[in-house]
Amino acid sequence: MTTLEQAIGHSQHHSPVSRIVNSQIFWVFAAAVLACIALSLLTDSFATQRNLFNVTRNFAFVGLIAIGMTTVIASGGIDLSVGSSVVLAAMVISVLMSAGHPFWISAIVALAAAAAVGFTNGILIAYVGMPAFVVTLGMLSAARSLAMVLSNNKMIWEFGPDHDLLLWIGGGSTLGLPHPIYALALLTIVMSVVYRWTRWGQYVFAIGGNEHAATLTGIPVKRIKVSIYMFSALTAGVAGILMAGWLGSVTTNLGQAMELTVIAAAVIGGANLAGGQGTALGAVIGALLIEVIRNSLILLGISTFWQGMFIGCFIIIAVAFDRIRNLGSQD
Amino acid sequence: MSRLSLRGISKSFGAIQALSDVSLDIAPGEVLGLMGDNGAGKSTLVKIVAGNFRPSQGAMSIDGDQVDFHKPLDAQRGGVEVVYQDLALCDNLTAASNVFLGREPRRSLAGIPILDYATMHRRSAELFASLKSETRPRDLVKRMSGGQRQAVAIARTLLSNAKIVLMDEPTAAISVRQVAEVLDLIHRLSDQGISVVLISHRMPDVFAVCSRIAVLRRGKLVCSKPANDSSPEEVTGLITGAIEMA
Repeated sequence: MTTLEQAIGHSQHHSPVSRIVNSQIFWVFAAAVLACIALSLLTDSFATQRNLFNVTRNFAFVGLIAIGMTTVIASGGIDLSVGSSVVLAAMVISVLMSAGHPFWISAIVALAAAAAVGFTNGILIAYVGMPAFVVTLGMLSAARSLAMVLSNNKMIWEFGPDHDLLLWIGGGSTLGLPHPIYALALLTIVMSVVYRWTRWGQYVFAIGGNEHAATLTGIPVKRIKVSIYMFSALTAGVAGILMAGWLGSVTTNLGQAMELTVIAAAVIGGANLAGGQGTALGAVIGALLIEVIRNSLILLGISTFWQGMFIGCFIIIAVAFDRIRNLGSQD
Repeated sequence: MSRLSLRGISKSFGAIQALSDVSLDIAPGEVLGLMGDNGAGKSTLVKIVAGNFRPSQGAMSIDGDQVDFHKPLDAQRGGVEVVYQDLALCDNLTAASNVFLGREPRRSLAGIPILDYATMHRRSAELFASLKSETRPRDLVKRMSGGQRQAVAIARTLLSNAKIVLMDEPTAAISVRQVAEVLDLIHRLSDQGISVVLISHRMPDVFAVCSRIAVLRRGKLVCSKPANDSSPEEVTGLITGAIEMA
């Protein structure tokens, strides 16, 4: 006989091991590790320091934005404009720096430009009530066009007096790790804590779970939505600044079609497009898997034209896994 | 003194008279079954008490104090809580998170406010125990039975020290066994001195749990009497109009 108190206090959770094995992140991570092992054995070039350096840095940009995207998706939305926020932020900082302004001021203005994109998205979605898909699709076009106007569609590769600082921040490394990896690690830790331990994080998931219920309990749903789209645009802005420093030059096709890779990373990492689910670590591991696959196609000599096919299949497989799991838990 | 007292409440929407001159009293801990056909004015009356509408005429008081609710938040502050038919729960969150949604306790960690899960879990466990419901604070709501979900929604009203709980068709879409659980939950609320207004079409549920029955027909109150003095047959007659008034 158990008393009521014991029944209430009893935890139905499974052991930590079975929880890990049941999570999508675990399997995606296992797939990425397997791919790495296979590549190390199959090719001489994968496990070289230079290639690993490239892989880690490339996936950091996608990972950064995927964390922003995961937040949007967890709240039940979507942000298609991240690729354009990337180019806008990169263009703002490079135009300002090439005009002789210092790095920090230019970076702040670039981030403000990205935040403005997110703010506009958020206002139109939350207060005007337009679908996120349509608003951010329009913004995808508008923000990139703005970047073209700003630069007159020219390539910029001279960044004024702080030129070397920008290249060091985006392209340099400390203690053997490229700087974008530090930014990614920091954001992953901070957002994992924010999702779990703050009201804002709780409300993001509540809105994604049942927006009507969230409104009824007095959560400021509209304000939070605006802040979510601003956060997503800011992660894209940070990635844009780092990419400018990494590439050493900025053109207006920077970040083109990046939204698809980012959404793929988030979904593969366990973000549920219906809202209410997603983790920062999952987004990062999703981004890692995509980058390893992209890299392996190159190293194995498979035409890069196949990249889209692989990423597309992975998105569909990830969503299919989610469906199968939900079917299993219904009975 | 009545917990809730309505005096001459009328409400019209343009030319349509949804409620006319309704006067009703509910005692502390009383469970009132509010019955009537579709369009009889039950929802309008409940929405007035919940602060969604203001009455065109009439006065309302809670524990003897005159109240005038302009919006649902006013009603919440006045001690009126609503359990919605769809329960308004977030399936992806735990029971404790749902109970505390929108009013999470926080503690400070090195000056940064973080959620106080320990308090949330402990308080929710206490609330579920007081409802005698076997609901675990850490379980996700999507894995719960209909009865447990009701317990979560009701625990939320307990948390805010509600005086009056309005329930709209809580037993409409759940299994027989779960209906019994929900009726038990209503008894627990009543035991704690909370008045409950139950809107339901299910006659057996109303007579199983309600101490007073009120019937609305075409916006008029045609009956308000102790359940013991009435019968399902009489209430059916009052709803349809076969019996003019009781």
